[in-house]
Amino acid sequence: MSVPFYVSPEQVIKDKADFAQKGIARGRSVIVMQYVGGILLVAENPSHTLHKVSEIYDKIAFAAVGKYNEFENMRVAGVRLADMRGYSYDRSDVTGRSLANAYATTLGTIFTETQKPYEVELVVAEVGDDLESDQIYRLRFDGSVADERAFVAMGGSAEELTSELGRRWNKDVDLQAALRLCVSALSSVSAHSEQIPVNQLEVAVLERDKPRRKFVRLGEDRLAEELGSDASPASTSTVAEDTPGESGGDVGVSDVAGENEPEF
Amino acid sequence: MTVPGGLPNEYLTSTTSSFSEFLRTHNPDLLPSRNAAAMDTADHGHLAPHGTTIVAAAYADGVVLAGDRRATMGNVIAQRDIEKIFAADEFTGVGIAGSAGIAVDMVRLFQVELEHYEKIESTQLSIEGKANRLATLLRGNLGLAMQGLAAVPLMAGYDRAGKRGRIFSYDVTGGRYEEHAFHAIGSGGYFARGSLKKLHSAGQSRPEAIQVALQALYDAADDDSATGGPDLTRQIFPKIATITARGFAFVDQSEMEQQVTHMMDGRRERPDGPLASTGGA
Repeated sequence: MSVPFYVSPEQVIKDKADFAQKGIARGRSVIVMQYVGGILLVAENPSHTLHKVSEIYDKIAFAAVGKYNEFENMRVAGVRLADMRGYSYDRSDVTGRSLANAYATTLGTIFTETQKPYEVELVVAEVGDDLESDQIYRLRFDGSVADERAFVAMGGSAEELTSELGRRWNKDVDLQAALRLCVSALSSVSAHSEQIPVNQLEVAVLERDKPRRKFVRLGEDRLAEELGSDASPASTSTVAEDTPGESGGDVGVSDVAGENEPEF
Repeated sequence: MTVPGGLPNEYLTSTTSSFSEFLRTHNPDLLPSRNAAAMDTADHGHLAPHGTTIVAAAYADGVVLAGDRRATMGNVIAQRDIEKIFAADEFTGVGIAGSAGIAVDMVRLFQVELEHYEKIESTQLSIEGKANRLATLLRGNLGLAMQGLAAVPLMAGYDRAGKRGRIFSYDVTGGRYEEHAFHAIGSGGYFARGSLKKLHSAGQSRPEAIQVALQALYDAADDDSATGGPDLTRQIFPKIATITARGFAFVDQSEMEQQVTHMMDGRRERPDGPLASTGGA
C-alpha cells in the first residue's frame, strides 16, 4: 500500500496562490478610477462581446481580469443577487458592500476547498453622491477584500501601473483627464508600441449625476473624441459596443476558440 | 457548495437569462401569482382597487401611451392620482388595467425581467421577445384572474429595427395580439376606441397624438364612471408618455396643462368633442 507524501498546509496554500497569481498576471490590465463625475472603468480588450467591465445594478459596476469563464460566472451570479435583492426589497437596498462580501466568501471557499482556485481578480465599484462616498472593493482569488480609494489596477503589469497612476492621479481629474491617464498608462505597459487603438479598448463609466441606471459604455466615437487627435482612428471596425442587435454569436465563438482566449 | 454569506450555489450554476424563470425555480414565493392556489373560486374582485382606461396610439415618431388617474373599489373612488403607465425599459412602456396591486407587481417583475436579460446577455430583447415575455408573466396570473383579480396590460414600444412604434394587447389567458395604429383597454376602453377611430390618423405629429389620446380618455371618462377625467381643481391630469427613437419619456406637467386647457376650451364650445368630418356627404 502506497503512503501519500505529506505536504504541509502552508505549502498547499502557497502553491495554489502562486498558480492563481501566475494566471492573473498573464492577462491584460484593467483600471478602475475615480474622477469628479463618477467612476471610470478601462480595459484593454480586443473583443467587443466578451466584456471585462459590466453593469451589475443601478450604481454598481463590475470589472475583472483572469480567466473569462470564471469571472463571467461570478458576474452573472452578482447580477442575479442584485436583481433578487432589488426585487424583494427595494432598488436602494442593493449595495456594493453586500455584493463584495458575497464574492469574498465564495472566492475564499473555492480557494480553500477545491483543487484549483479561481484565477480571477475582481473589482466591485459603487458610485456615491460625491468622491468621498464612492466605494471600490478589490477582491483577490483567495477571497481577501480591500476597500480602495482613487484607483485600482489589476492583471498584467498591475504593479507598474499602480506606481505610474499613483504619481499622476489627483482628486480633481475630470472624465477626459482620467481617461487619458488610464489609456496612456495602459499603453505604456501594453504590447502596442504606441497608444492602444480605440477599438482595442473597453471603457465604461458610472455617471454620478445620471438618474437610476448609472452605467454607460463609451463607444469608439466617443473615445476618439475624448482622447483627441492622438487617438488612432477606428478604421478596421465600426461596431459600436453594446449595440443591441449586433450579431454577437459568431464573434464570440471565434474569440473563445482563437488565440485571444488565454489573455483575458 | 453553498456557504453562509456567499453566493448560493444556484446563482453560480443556473443557465437561464430570465429572472422570472430563475424565481420560479429557486424562489417561487416572490412570484406575483404565488397565492392563487390558496384561494377558492369565488369572485374576489371587490377586495382591491381597480385601475381602468389605457390608450395607445402610433404617430410619426413612435407611439403615445396614456392612462387616466382613477382607481375604484365598487362605487368608491379609491385613489384619484394613481399611475398606470410605467416605463418597462428604455424603449418600452406598459399600461395596466385591472386589479391595481396585481398590476403593479406584474410591471415590477416585467421591468426586472427586461433589465436582467439585458445585463446578462449584454443586449436588449427584440420588441417581439419583450411582448412574449409579458404574455408568459400574464399567463402565470391566470389563477388569480379567475378569482376576479385580473390585470391586463397594454404594451407600447419603439421598434429600433423597424424604426416605428408598435402596440401589443393581451387577454387574461396570456394571448398576445399586435395592434395596428391604436388600441384602448379597460372599462372605458370601448368609448376610447370609438373616439380614436374618429380622431387618430397615421403620421400625426407629437402634439396631435397627445391631444388625440387626451380626447379619447375624456370620452372614456364621459361615459364610464370608473374612468377619471382631468381634475382641473387639483391639477391632476392623465399620465401620457411618448416612446420614440430617443426612448421613453413622460409628457411633463406644464405641457399637459397646455394640452388639457386646449381640449377644455374646445369642449366648452362642443361638449362632445371635436366634430369628425362627414367625408363631404
